Amino acid sequence: MTTKATYTVPGGIHPKYHKELARDRELETPTMPVLLKVSMSQHLGAPAQPTVAKGNTVLRGQRIGEPAGFISAAVHAPTSGIVKAVNTAPTATGAVAASIDIEPDGEDKVDPGLQGNANWQQTNPEDLISAVADCGIAGMGGAGFPTHVKLSPPPGKTIDTLIVNGAECEPYLTADYRLMLEQPERIVEGISIIQHILGVKTVRIAIEDNKPEAIKEMERAASKLHGDIKIVELNTEYPQGAEKQQIYAVTGQEVPSGGLPMDIGALVENVGTAAAIRDAVIDGKPLTERVTTITGVPLQRPSNVVARIGTPISHLVEFCGGVNNSACKLICGGPMMGFAIASEELATTKTTSGILFLAKSQVTAFSSTPCISCGRCVEGCPMRLVPSELSQFIEAEDYEAAEAMNLLDCIECGCCAFQCPATRPLVQHMRRGKAEAMLRRKREQAEKK
Amino acid sequence: MELSITNPIVLAAVTVGGSGLVCGALLAIASKFFAVKEDPRIEKAQDLLPGANCGGCGFAGCADYAKAVVVENAEINLCTPGGNAVLKSLAKLLNKDATAANRKVALVACNGSDEHAQRKFLYNGIADCFAAHATGGGDKKCPYGCLGYGSCARVCPTGAIEITDGRLAIVHPELCISCGACVKTCPRHLITLIPETATIHVLCSSKDKGPVVKKYCKVGCIGCTLCTKQVENKEISMDGTLATVDYTKPFDGSKAIEKCPMNTIVERRMTSAREELGQLELAE
Repeated sequence: MTTKATYTVPGGIHPKYHKELARDRELETPTMPVLLKVSMSQHLGAPAQPTVAKGNTVLRGQRIGEPAGFISAAVHAPTSGIVKAVNTAPTATGAVAASIDIEPDGEDKVDPGLQGNANWQQTNPEDLISAVADCGIAGMGGAGFPTHVKLSPPPGKTIDTLIVNGAECEPYLTADYRLMLEQPERIVEGISIIQHILGVKTVRIAIEDNKPEAIKEMERAASKLHGDIKIVELNTEYPQGAEKQQIYAVTGQEVPSGGLPMDIGALVENVGTAAAIRDAVIDGKPLTERVTTITGVPLQRPSNVVARIGTPISHLVEFCGGVNNSACKLICGGPMMGFAIASEELATTKTTSGILFLAKSQVTAFSSTPCISCGRCVEGCPMRLVPSELSQFIEAEDYEAAEAMNLLDCIECGCCAFQCPATRPLVQHMRRGKAEAMLRRKREQAEKK
Repeated sequence: MELSITNPIVLAAVTVGGSGLVCGALLAIASKFFAVKEDPRIEKAQDLLPGANCGGCGFAGCADYAKAVVVENAEINLCTPGGNAVLKSLAKLLNKDATAANRKVALVACNGSDEHAQRKFLYNGIADCFAAHATGGGDKKCPYGCLGYGSCARVCPTGAIEITDGRLAIVHPELCISCGACVKTCPRHLITLIPETATIHVLCSSKDKGPVVKKYCKVGCIGCTLCTKQVENKEISMDGTLATVDYTKPFDGSKAIEKCPMNTIVERRMTSAREELGQLELAE
């Protein structure tokens, strides 16, 4: 039932994982904060539209944000309480989005209108997809792509392989690991629901080989599944948890440039998303809490918590015993792909897989120096791009040339910058280039019209 | 050796020379039939323009503008780098009246240098405003203020924008040719083109409420509305919580400057700088 992966991603790196900090900490539920700040932009796509006003009373699971379009997700109240304000707040990326402040009443009353469906095996897939959409499920691996969109492939595309992503290749993070260890049944039930929705027989559960306990647990739980089920033991390497890299590692197939996994019949869902799908369908429970790893050397007690969405980071830090004064940098997410943030006042979202503190000794100021053409970034790039040349094109603002070198395929994993001996901020160059290239495309499309 | 047509040298000379003559004749005929008549004034107008290709006139360069003034009857006073000299010579060429355009200069609507405005984190990345703005919303606490990484200064064709030690962009009006390149570049949309005659400016773009602004900037507009009460005909009005100057009418703003508790409103004469420069040139 467990097979060793035959493929490893091209490129990739082996950073220090530091998972030992939080790996053995069992899932805990922190106390309710005095104020929850629920952002309307917790997913990829259009931010949700707030549907409540100041002074309204809300119940847990009650919808407070309406999806704005198909690629968008609903947002629900994480607990019962009173809406204190509907304002705007910065997200982890620094963009500003609408946000709803809720003061919990301490009773945590669940909206009685929420209904589960224990009989999902007899329900038709469309109804299950709309249940998933109603519960506002978004990919919990980090990007937050609305799950109902992924589960509704357009006509003509069929999905034959479901890959369940338990790789968790980001250093420090152990949220998915703890979930696989402690609640494998939830994940497995979620998998069988996805199988039912898409009619998929082939399921591959991908876990890196540095998590043998998780492999064992998932193997035990997955024995209940029907079809061609296999646990794939991946060689530990970053960025194997990235969608396209994982598909390659598991199936040996490459997603075409500019394409989607469904183009080659694959669908990747994070283990956390699978568990959330289970809760949405069987319990009718909207996505209002998630497992988040709070870790880092300066933290008193690194932990894995099941925190309500909208919990301020400062509250979680307090729950973990605070940080000592060596703390220097705060990152929302993992060290490779997370966003450095400036304030502990930021709140968790559906995609906050981790909160990481770095100590002064771990952070160095750098200054970008000219490329020495050593090619280490090329070696490290899992998308087989040439970051050295790309970054120079972008520096010269020649976006056309950069686009011709497949700039838009960059997944911003950071392998190139990790490798660069000239300390060039390559990912930042790529992000800037991608933003400019997308703007150009939009302008061109507008001109055509 | 006999010089007959069968001689290879003669044959080659005749063939090449002959085909050259034929082609020449064809070209001569073609040039008569397919000639495109172009107004000779276009070329003359182009010679008169300074050739900076700054795009400040709104056309794709000097050649395009030259064509536009002759063929499309475009305004002749649009060339800022050329100034009055070009305007006069274009007027002469096209027999038009030389009415000087209201010149414009760029203004950065932020006065929050590092001395006045706080930064929220240490930005250690590409020294470019666009990149800095995309990193956690920029390192300035004020989400609207000038980041000071000089993207505007780099696109300015005349080097009119200075980044001060306090990391704030300042336009030197005497050098500005109002081409608008900086306006398009600033990721925070802080730069606008204003009439050169304007003297009173609100150097803030923050849309935040007063108490919020006070937390991060010592010279930001807090929306107290005091200034609007110091002018007679609504020359300063409120756009939400931000005071804005109506540049269409000249007015006396000294009282407003005096009353502004944050010193956000300043007097800056755009023309005087240019005049001073002009006098300097004369003296030399």
